[in-house]
Amino acid sequence: MDCKDLVELVTAYLEGDLSSEDRARADEHLARCDGCARYLDQIRETIRLTGTLEPEQIPEEQRSALLGAFRDWAGNQG
Amino acid sequence: MEQTASPADLELVQRLRARDEAAFMSLVERLQPSLIRVARMYVASQAVAEEVAQETWLGVLQGIDRFEGRSSLRTWIFRICANIAKTRGQREGRSIPFASLAGDDLDAPSMPDTWFQGPGGAYPNHWSTLPSDWASTPAGRLDAAEVRAVIGGAIAALPPMQAEVIRLRDVLGWSSEEVRNALDISETNQRVLLHRARAKVRRAMDDYLAMGNE
Repeated sequence: MDCKDLVELVTAYLEGDLSSEDRARADEHLARCDGCARYLDQIRETIRLTGTLEPEQIPEEQRSALLGAFRDWAGNQG
Repeated sequence: MEQTASPADLELVQRLRARDEAAFMSLVERLQPSLIRVARMYVASQAVAEEVAQETWLGVLQGIDRFEGRSSLRTWIFRICANIAKTRGQREGRSIPFASLAGDDLDAPSMPDTWFQGPGGAYPNHWSTLPSDWASTPAGRLDAAEVRAVIGGAIAALPPMQAEVIRLRDVLGWSSEEVRNALDISETNQRVLLHRARAKVRRAMDDYLAMGNE
């Protein structure tokens, strides 16, 4: 396994989708390659930072339309 | 085997059945933006996608007594949405090619070839320039709001399916199985879309950090 391969396997690696042989080869490569270890750290940091994004706000008119729909439904069903 | 409804899902379902308005609205707040974008993958306009999302919620309310918990609650909701959206899309005679939703770059390498040594290098296919060490970036450089803007911008620039996979997985924390179900894609496609999306967001972050170090 070389660096170019590892970069393309990084998601499968993090998802736990690699076969045990490929996983072992990736771990072996990462243990002796600073560049790939850094790349993996960058991807992990990217995932962590992406997780800090705020939930999106929904427009007020959609919110009130859905609230109205809910109240109609709740009222009709008693 | 499909992931079944969690205890939190079942509790939420009980609250919906009990006509709990706050429970319904919190679910709306969490899912509505993604529902509209998923619907938009099947129909011709934003307005129709919003109608599909509205109909989805009506379907959720009308069907909640029949929800059996054999899938997670959000998987069930996204299935309702996809069914309505597909019907609308067919009626419009519209089918959007997978490539235009997923991006035409799924087989392209994550990193440009120039980052690696060519066949004549000392170590072919190994790094020619080492990736930068983000940890060495001065801590004060990482302004949280700025980082979120960079990442949000990078996600907004992705093809629709790549953007939705990374939002659902990494912003909202869904499992890969739930994302596969919501977007009706295979395990392999889910992984490839996520891979492309993360690589591009990483690239945007790397460019942003490099700019500050100049």
